[in-house]
Amino acid sequence: MQDLCIMAHHCCSRFLDLSQFKGLKGNQVTSCADILSAMLLRAIGQKLQMAYGLNARLLGFLKSSRDKVILPCGDIAALVYLWNPFTIVSCVGLSTSPIENLAVILALFGAVTRRVPLAAFGLVIATHLSLYPATLTIPIIFLLGYGLDAPPIKLFLQTRSVENEESSTSTVSKQAKLKQTTHLPFLWKTVAHFLFWVLLWSLYVLILCALSLNKYGGLEEMFKRTYGFILSIEDLSPNIGVFWYFFAEVFDFFRNFFLIVLHVNILFMLLPLAIRLKHRPCFLAFIYLAISSILKSYPSVGDSALYLSLWALFVNELLDMKFSFFLFCGYLGISLLSPVMHNLWIWRGTGNANFYFGNAIGYACFQIVFVVESVSAMLNHDRALKRSNSNHREVKS
Amino acid sequence: MASLLRSLILLLIVQSFLVAIAFGSKEVEEFSEALLLKPLPDRKVLAHFHFENRAPPSNSHGRHHHLFPKAISQLVQKFRVKEMELSFTQGRWNHEHWGGFDPLSSMNAKPVGVELWAVFDVPQSQVDTSWKNLTHALSGLFCASINFLESSTSYAAPTWGFGPNSDKLRYGSLPREAVCTENLTPWLKLLPCRDKDGISALMNRPSVYRGFYHSQRLHLSTVESGQEGLGSGIVLEQTLTVVLQPETTSVESNMQPSWSLSSLFGRQVVGRCVLAKSSNVYLQLEGLLGYESKNVDTEIEAHQLWKNAEFELSLKPERVIRESCSFLFIFDIDKSSDSEPFDLGLTWKRPSKWSCQQAPLHSSRFLMGSGNERGAIAILLKATESQEKLSGRDLTNGQCTIKANIFQIFPWYIKVYYHTLQIFVDQQQKTDSEVLKKINVSPSTDKVSSGMMEMMLELPCEVKSVAISIEYDKGFLHIDEYPPDANQGFDIPSALISFPDHHASLDFQEELSNSPLLSSLKEKSLVRSYTEVLLVPLTTPDFSMPYNVITITCTIFALYFGSLLNVLRRRIGEEERFLKSQGKKTGGLKQLLSRITAKIRGRPIEAPSSSEAESSVLSSKLILKIILVAGAAAAWQYFSTDE
Repeated sequence: MQDLCIMAHHCCSRFLDLSQFKGLKGNQVTSCADILSAMLLRAIGQKLQMAYGLNARLLGFLKSSRDKVILPCGDIAALVYLWNPFTIVSCVGLSTSPIENLAVILALFGAVTRRVPLAAFGLVIATHLSLYPATLTIPIIFLLGYGLDAPPIKLFLQTRSVENEESSTSTVSKQAKLKQTTHLPFLWKTVAHFLFWVLLWSLYVLILCALSLNKYGGLEEMFKRTYGFILSIEDLSPNIGVFWYFFAEVFDFFRNFFLIVLHVNILFMLLPLAIRLKHRPCFLAFIYLAISSILKSYPSVGDSALYLSLWALFVNELLDMKFSFFLFCGYLGISLLSPVMHNLWIWRGTGNANFYFGNAIGYACFQIVFVVESVSAMLNHDRALKRSNSNHREVKS
Repeated sequence: MASLLRSLILLLIVQSFLVAIAFGSKEVEEFSEALLLKPLPDRKVLAHFHFENRAPPSNSHGRHHHLFPKAISQLVQKFRVKEMELSFTQGRWNHEHWGGFDPLSSMNAKPVGVELWAVFDVPQSQVDTSWKNLTHALSGLFCASINFLESSTSYAAPTWGFGPNSDKLRYGSLPREAVCTENLTPWLKLLPCRDKDGISALMNRPSVYRGFYHSQRLHLSTVESGQEGLGSGIVLEQTLTVVLQPETTSVESNMQPSWSLSSLFGRQVVGRCVLAKSSNVYLQLEGLLGYESKNVDTEIEAHQLWKNAEFELSLKPERVIRESCSFLFIFDIDKSSDSEPFDLGLTWKRPSKWSCQQAPLHSSRFLMGSGNERGAIAILLKATESQEKLSGRDLTNGQCTIKANIFQIFPWYIKVYYHTLQIFVDQQQKTDSEVLKKINVSPSTDKVSSGMMEMMLELPCEVKSVAISIEYDKGFLHIDEYPPDANQGFDIPSALISFPDHHASLDFQEELSNSPLLSSLKEKSLVRSYTEVLLVPLTTPDFSMPYNVITITCTIFALYFGSLLNVLRRRIGEEERFLKSQGKKTGGLKQLLSRITAKIRGRPIEAPSSSEAESSVLSSKLILKIILVAGAAAAWQYFSTDE
């Protein structure tokens, strides 16, 4: 209840903030989308927090001497999302990224709360709006198939075997139990259900688009103008990514080659990450979103706002992240310097394109370090769990 | 041998007879030359050369021409051009001082650079192809970069905003094209006498290009014969309009300068072009206020007009024709000879002042905003003094209105937001429905086509000023798309303002001799004026950076890929030890393979039997890899050649 009050207070203050920007029409839509996303994020966070507590208890983690408090990650994520300057800027700037973010968060929310049609709807709409969330299919399938984020299954097996050894003496029953749990229970049915819904929703969206675009060239034209525009990077106006300058400068002869190479970079990392992080589908979704916001054709700060708030969902696991202060300073510096450099180059004409591009390069570097460190911190967390678990076992035996 | 030669000569004679008969039976090709001189109120002199070449309709077209340039007739035949106009212009026509409401200005005041429009007589689907081919042909013919008009980003298809209404019309202009003598020479080559004889001998390059305004125009139109089996005739009209400043010796500043042909051009006319049917020089004097009221019907008075208290002509005119507000002196250059060249001069004796008739609205265009991100284009129409006097008023529903068409092309990198169109009439913003009668917009597509806007305004007659503004964003281009001097900026072609209800013509009070220049002046022509060319500065990337940008960006990607992969496959401490102990038993890859096979067969893991099997597996894998790579290469080759 208290949380709800806080949330309402935040919402009100956001509205008050916005009321100062008079003359900006249509900001109701974007701010409502933001608030809705924050609420959904909070719900996701509460689920994850519960799962974290449950897992920790199962592994006997909380019983140990480490008096670790579970942080309310849902609230933190919602706050990070609402009060992130990036979110505020993209909301006030009437960018469409709040709506895209809402679709992505809706998909994740649906998957976390096992509302399959909702998850499929969010995924289809997010893909329809900005193509890159298509990568989220893998984490959502894992979420629906394996369940919420949890430490690796081996740990549970080890703990259970220890407990089994203690409790039962019958070898037959032990083997049977082991057989039950050696491979993860994958819920094929739910996943098939999900895929069916994805098919249904995408057909629905495509039919609606086809009907409304009938006079203007139909679906083929739509794909050319939307996905084609995203993939072929035709617009070279400056943004916070690195592609615009790259493709403004690259020789025409190599353009297609680099287009393929740079887009494939996103796809290359999907499989290794999915193999390594399959027990943590939500975290996998966060990493995918972060990667696509780095390697996107036309990135915006709204994308960063989304992955930063998703990152806050894993505060419990990622407490030991390295370089966090350095990264914070980097993000701060870039977000202050970019507008200055843009102003110098575009408006005053005293700067140079390279100044702004340098900023974009720096931003890309910081984002890469952020992603790499997050992955590494998560893997280290799993290792630490395993180590403490084995210590625990040794102590017990 | 001799008999053979004789028979050959005979054959030639017979052939020439046949040709003569073929042409004699029909109309013959006609060429006429004329020069119109006109002192301007701001102490300058306008010289307008007019050459007309007519090819009558005949089925022998494209094979033989006496006078008509073969290149042009082939052009017309090949690309099925119905009507075409090409102009090369330098300088800007001064509408306030040089006139805006006479046929001379409405036809010869052209936008800076090259302007080309053409109407084709081909099916709708082939119009663009014909246009592209035509631009290439003209570019070769006139030594100009007209071929740049070939790309779809530089031309437009106006529907009604430009003069002739046709859906097979294409219009394009190149504001930055520099016009010089290399464009004039091929233009002169189309004349039968070139610049060797007749009036065109006056075209001394230094004096022509020293002028304030210089516009060379080529207009051709086909005339349908109406008879079956007969081709269409072609009328080729070539004009050169120059505005020159005569050198003055008088100290009085309000005195009009006196001039003669030799002082203006540095040359004299020694005789007519013998191939020309008529070759006349005209002198148009405006604002002879003292004589306007007088009756000059009688011949004697007309002949006294050339020598009076106000001015004096050096030659006696053949005829004097009175126009509504000006006099036209006609001279024939037939009488001139080597010993006595034709050197028309005008000497002013008294200061004289007059003003030209103006278009109903004076137009100008400018840019608003600063910075390289966005801006706005504004067109300002100001009422001129002569507006009240105009007879071309259109009384609809008892209200006096002026109609004005605005036609404008926007290059794609000027991304215009048409919803930001604002119209201010007398400093008060008006809604679109109040003043906008018609509007036609075709938005631009990035790197594919240019945008075009045609609109028709209906304004009250007592309007003082109209301002139209429209906002745009500036595009960002690839480095190859910038011109060599990228920081100079990009030119937006002139907008065309025309007044569909106003037509300019000279109405002579007497019947005229059949002179092409006078008949073209007598025809009603649409009053139109072109605005200034705008120079838009665009943001430039660093042109020296491609290699640096590529290497730095690729380094970033390598950093991303390498470090993330490293984190994912890094194992520490006990994991490594565990793997090593596992690896001692069996090789990593082999273990994986055997695991997979075991899983498939549902049997427990079995140890590899022999090394032979392993090598065969390896070799088969190697072959598979090679096949894969070769397949990829073949596919790449196939798709790349397909483009």
